[in-house]
Amino acid sequence: MSFIPIYDKYDNTDLEAFLDSVSVKHVERAVRSGRPGEKDFLAMLSPAAEGLIEEMAQRAHRLTLKNFGRVIQLYTPMYLADHCENDCAYCGFSSRGVRAGRKLTLEEVEKEAEFISSTGLKHLLILTGGSRKASPVSYIKECVGVLKAYFSSISIEVYALSGEEYRELISAGVDGLTIYQEVYDRGVYDKVHVSGVKKNYEFRLEAPERAGRAGMRTINIGALLGLNDWRKEVFFTGLHAAYLQKEFPAAEISVSVPRLRPCSGDFLPACTVSEVEVAQILTAFRIFLPRVGITLSTREGARFRENLIPLGVTRMSAGSTTAVGGHTLKAPDGPYITQFDIADRRDVAEIRAMLKEKGYQPVLKDWMDI
Amino acid sequence: MSDLLNIGGKELASRLFVGTGKFARKSLVREVLERSGAEVVTVALRRVDADSEDENILDHIPERCILMPNTSGARNAEEAVRIARLARAAGCGSWIKVEVIADNKYLLPDNTETLKTVEILAGEGFTVLPYMNPDLTAARRMQDAGAAAIMPLGAPIGTNRGLRTRELVEILVEEIALPVIVDAGIGSPSEAAECMELGCAAVLVNTALAASEDPVSMAEAFSLAVKAGRLAYLAGKGPKTKEAEASSPLTGFLRG
Repeated sequence: MSFIPIYDKYDNTDLEAFLDSVSVKHVERAVRSGRPGEKDFLAMLSPAAEGLIEEMAQRAHRLTLKNFGRVIQLYTPMYLADHCENDCAYCGFSSRGVRAGRKLTLEEVEKEAEFISSTGLKHLLILTGGSRKASPVSYIKECVGVLKAYFSSISIEVYALSGEEYRELISAGVDGLTIYQEVYDRGVYDKVHVSGVKKNYEFRLEAPERAGRAGMRTINIGALLGLNDWRKEVFFTGLHAAYLQKEFPAAEISVSVPRLRPCSGDFLPACTVSEVEVAQILTAFRIFLPRVGITLSTREGARFRENLIPLGVTRMSAGSTTAVGGHTLKAPDGPYITQFDIADRRDVAEIRAMLKEKGYQPVLKDWMDI
Repeated sequence: MSDLLNIGGKELASRLFVGTGKFARKSLVREVLERSGAEVVTVALRRVDADSEDENILDHIPERCILMPNTSGARNAEEAVRIARLARAAGCGSWIKVEVIADNKYLLPDNTETLKTVEILAGEGFTVLPYMNPDLTAARRMQDAGAAAIMPLGAPIGTNRGLRTRELVEILVEEIALPVIVDAGIGSPSEAAECMELGCAAVLVNTALAASEDPVSMAEAFSLAVKAGRLAYLAGKGPKTKEAEASSPLTGFLRG
């Protein structure tokens, strides 16, 4: 069964009414119960839960220690290309911006790989913009062919693919998929995705399950926080992750909590998410899904990221750049065009030192090509 | 009295096995091994980074210890076999803990695929220790397939819930000639002692140490508990009864 009927089961207005009616008692029950259900998860996302944030954090911390230990896995993104045929209101790579796209040659990919691998990282996330024409699956496959020699795990964050295409990339050496629905609310999705193939809501929503069926080892999902009422968006992200865990028990499912960052455009978020609320989201995820991975990118600032670690984080990016060739290549002319601004600019060595200082073991390799 | 555990031709004085996955720093592994005297240590090959210029987990394992790489991450027999072969090729010896898990939510092992793995690896000369659900029929088959010991779970990995599978593990101890090593779920030294009192050959712990405030002291506590439990088993415990036993027997007159 697809996730779509699970999504459709919930009516927007009912969710709002429920969120408003949640009592502190219900939140307490949800936090303390061994196996919180869907409604309990929603209760932990309600305004009433904010007063219980310390208790939620303590519980999330203990669950994380038991399930994952004092260990954080590190990775870094590598932007292969930034051509995009979609017009997404919130994105720096949007097709409205008048600019020439950039795409790495295989030699340039190798140069970036050499640099990243010199930092010790073995897990890589490769990204392209939303253009099949400029960065087709065959191109991604060629890049993976080059990168395999340098990294023990390669994940992709590209436009939504067909099951057959996921299978093709898996046999080429890809083992992980990151794909954000961006926004689960159908109406808002349609509004912010102004034009392009990404407008197809269901094709994107079902991308993680197509990848799961194709045998993808790790699947990371998320909603871009700021496009719609975050409580509902996080709720659907959690339901989606729970669905994927159930449907693909052999896969490792993880979630991200990306807050909308300032980008090259002029988009204004529909809602803001405070730091307390990010903590609430993270701990609610952990309590609802004790085995889910939680990824924290460099969208968040250094100090905040450090403070969030004990609350349930299992994976962090380090030494990030969101520009094509951003590690080793000179900007073509003028400054780089970035997808969004990085808030934590520390390199891999600094992040590793910080983790050790905090009593966490940075894990640079947690898979291999078998 | 010498009471050594023999596995795959190796004689072990310590019946505490240690996992390395969740520690705050890699160097803690050495301290834990030193203080506890543990002689068998399992390492996930997926985490071993031979190219790393930084510290390598293997550098923290004393010479006297037996390295038992595990196949963590394997979802089926084919992947587990490949990981085991990679481990041996990487110079990690020929002991292998088979871990085939196709369930990331509960981390429960797949006995069917595990059995297939044991059959193949035992045939290739590995000393194979399968992590398994405590199922008697599966355990018999692992034995027939050439396993060197069996490692049933006490509770799901990382739960620290203790010997929840006690009834089933007792049956394995009774019926299986191989050493029975409880792996996973043991949260406290008293639970490790419980396993040993039942006649288990050894106990493997990781989370209980790594998640404690002082993993090194906790390792020593486990080591003592395992010894105490073993000694109690060898001494032969009196049977447990629910009601108090009358101190003046009622049938004494018959023998009078």
